[in-house]
Amino acid sequence: MGVLYILVLASLAVAGFFLFAFVWSVRSNQFEDKEGSAMRILHDNDTTIKNSYKDR
Amino acid sequence: MNGIAGVTGKTMCYHCGVECASQGINIGDKAFCCEGCKLVYEILDENGLCNYYALQEHPGLSQIKAPRQGKYEYLDDAAIARKLYSFTDGDHSIVKLYIPGIHCSSCMWLLENLHKMHKGIAESRLNFTAKELTIQFKESAVSLRQIVELLVTIGYEPYISLDTRQGKPDIVNRKRIYKLGVAGFCFGNIMLMSFPEYLSGNHEIEHQYAMLFRMLNLGLSIPLFFFSASEFFSSAWAGLKQKMLNIDAPIALALIITYARSLYEIATDTGSGYLDSLAGIVFFMLIGRVVQERAYKSISFHRDYKSYFPIAVNVIENDRTVPRSLEDLKERDKVSLHNGEIIPADAILLEGDAYIDYSFVTGESQPVRVKKGGMAYAGGRQTGEKIILELIKPVAGSYLTSLWNHQSFRKNKSQTNNRESVIHKLSKYFTIVLFTLVAFTALYWAMVNPSNILPSVSAMLIVACPCALLLAANYTNGNILRLLSVNGLFLRDATVIEQLGKANHIVFDKTGTLTSSNNSYAISGHELNDHEKDIVWNAAKHSTHPYSRAVVAWLDRRQHIQADAWKETPGQGITARYGNEEVRIGSAAHTGVAPGIADESAAVFIRVNDSVTAFRVTPKMRAGIPAVITSLADTHKLSLLSGDNDRQKATFAALFGSNAELLFYQKPVDKLAFIEQKQAAGDNVLMVGDGLNDAGALQQSNVGITLSDDVNNFSPSCDAILDAKQITQFPALLWLAKYGGTIINIAFAISILYNIVGLAISMQAMMKPMIAAILMPASTISIVLISTGISSVVAKKLGLSLTGRQKHDNNHSVP
Repeated sequence: MGVLYILVLASLAVAGFFLFAFVWSVRSNQFEDKEGSAMRILHDNDTTIKNSYKDR
Repeated sequence: MNGIAGVTGKTMCYHCGVECASQGINIGDKAFCCEGCKLVYEILDENGLCNYYALQEHPGLSQIKAPRQGKYEYLDDAAIARKLYSFTDGDHSIVKLYIPGIHCSSCMWLLENLHKMHKGIAESRLNFTAKELTIQFKESAVSLRQIVELLVTIGYEPYISLDTRQGKPDIVNRKRIYKLGVAGFCFGNIMLMSFPEYLSGNHEIEHQYAMLFRMLNLGLSIPLFFFSASEFFSSAWAGLKQKMLNIDAPIALALIITYARSLYEIATDTGSGYLDSLAGIVFFMLIGRVVQERAYKSISFHRDYKSYFPIAVNVIENDRTVPRSLEDLKERDKVSLHNGEIIPADAILLEGDAYIDYSFVTGESQPVRVKKGGMAYAGGRQTGEKIILELIKPVAGSYLTSLWNHQSFRKNKSQTNNRESVIHKLSKYFTIVLFTLVAFTALYWAMVNPSNILPSVSAMLIVACPCALLLAANYTNGNILRLLSVNGLFLRDATVIEQLGKANHIVFDKTGTLTSSNNSYAISGHELNDHEKDIVWNAAKHSTHPYSRAVVAWLDRRQHIQADAWKETPGQGITARYGNEEVRIGSAAHTGVAPGIADESAAVFIRVNDSVTAFRVTPKMRAGIPAVITSLADTHKLSLLSGDNDRQKATFAALFGSNAELLFYQKPVDKLAFIEQKQAAGDNVLMVGDGLNDAGALQQSNVGITLSDDVNNFSPSCDAILDAKQITQFPALLWLAKYGGTIINIAFAISILYNIVGLAISMQAMMKPMIAAILMPASTISIVLISTGISSVVAKKLGLSLTGRQKHDNNHSVP
């Protein structure tokens, strides 16, 4: 049963990590603009589309 | 799919999706409605940014009303530009700009790719919810004016006002979010550590493990009690200092007793205490407060005149025009204003033909002509040509701005609402009843078995915490706020709900509130034929005079015809010649109508050759207003306050009924005084207005609602903003707010039932931690379900939308 000490500490450590992750995500403004982030992820990087007739 | 333009026979602008009126503005197979839209396309194309059009169809904003060249000249002034920076080290600078036109993912994509259009821009990042663009740039490579002008050319004009200040503090209360996170962490873990004791039944768990769990619980309870729960203590203390028993006082007492008893049990090794229940209560109450604290990031409820005024104006000094920051304006400064610009302070007209649109300041619908040497008041908007004014008062001392010195602007409405709130009254009775019960129980045990006094009394105080009442209020308000906002009514905070429900007298403003900015036009006399309409349109369209514009708006778009001669005489009218036909638009004298037979109510006369047409402009009532008024008249007293003339009095008198008071020619101060007078007579006044002229009345009233065509646009300081498109829902929204109080009472009654069960057990000194741990979440969850459930059902019965999904279409309106 002595293993309980380790298990309890391990579970606290995991929970503590999640608390840390939550505080960090709030601090780094990740909840500031939920709509924007949802759109930004769908945008490709470095897409250059030229519709111009000049290039055709 | 209807993506192919031209199927319907109409050509849509490739950029903005507006129907093309004129042909011939094309690039390849793409048609545009105007040169502005075409220009935007060309710029984007040159920079390889045509992905903009791939993400959304017709994502752009119509460029027909492009701003004047040189409007942003004042940004070249380093001192003014600096005010807008949120950071600068002399070269590398960061600026935050508010851009009202942002509406879709294409906007976001384009604005975040600004660096492709100018190499001086290092990075741009958009906060979509707040419509705020943060731009990092090198001042040596690009000036702020160039950036703003670039944004203007691609159709995203930022809004820069006197109120735009550097380093505005973040208003969002993040501390509560951290508290909630910590409370959640402690609650989950304390529950986990408490399970072994719940499940052990009659067998005691081994003492060494029991001690381990208790110690860990004790450790976890420290941040919970001293950090997460701190706001309950500080609020209770603040209330007590003002000799007031608010709802947080009994809650704080319950928390302290629970904690003290738990500490005592653990210290004396007689039990494991009630730390699990304590953690649960704190966690759920914090969630309730976060739910209720709904922030609309792109909406501001605290605007005064500063948000409307520009940051700088052009001042004429030694025959040169220099931009000057509004704060540095002095009396006797000569200011030059272009079409559409706002007069910053009371002034005298020196030069030009001034037609001042005071609709925002006084509610008057027609622009006022000011003669040379006449007074022009701050807040008016020049329509027409450039004018030069000499200021006679400083900005803060003007007639309009002095309204903000009224005492009603000094009180904090949130605080007063909160103090009068029903939950504080209920909690007072609750506390009194509870203490009476506690006293009786203590008395009983003192006679029967004194050793039971402390356990039973403390258990009662723990169980009978009015947190259920607080939760009922928080969750009901939170859900009602959400329901109201998906239906177009945005409240400043939850305290407004109760005031909305209590209101028994509704006061409406006329111009801009009951009537929309669109006018309806009527003609009498000669009926114009198609060709005549064409030439009248052509004659009127070159003039900036408001009546000429009204004529153009009435005729819509017509065939273009080149005039052979065109002349505008200020204060008189237009004379134009097309071949051998002559058009005159203007006053009776200008068009040669004898004053005696002239139609008094006509705005202008149109004379084509020898036939005369009288043209009338009347502000058009918003769609749905008659139904709204009729339905509100059954339940509320109604009044109408208008700064405008009483030309429409008969129409409104018929609509409002005989009991309503209709007052015209009301100045902003008169409106405020009217509200004060009604309040003194015991009415709870709800004011619905729109402009700065209503600012005083909105502030003085119990609830001030601003009606706005675009909720992200600019409305004066108020308690709530109603989307004008949703005006037909207004009576239903008021009913929902009214039912809010009833729902809170129902949820409260249920929580009382739980309290009776809990109290009955604890009065007999039989309360076990496990029973407390079951009762607490059971009551919490049922209250959350009941309060949100009933409010949603009520909203549905009232015909309101529950999710607001259907309203997520792209808004292509021109800002």
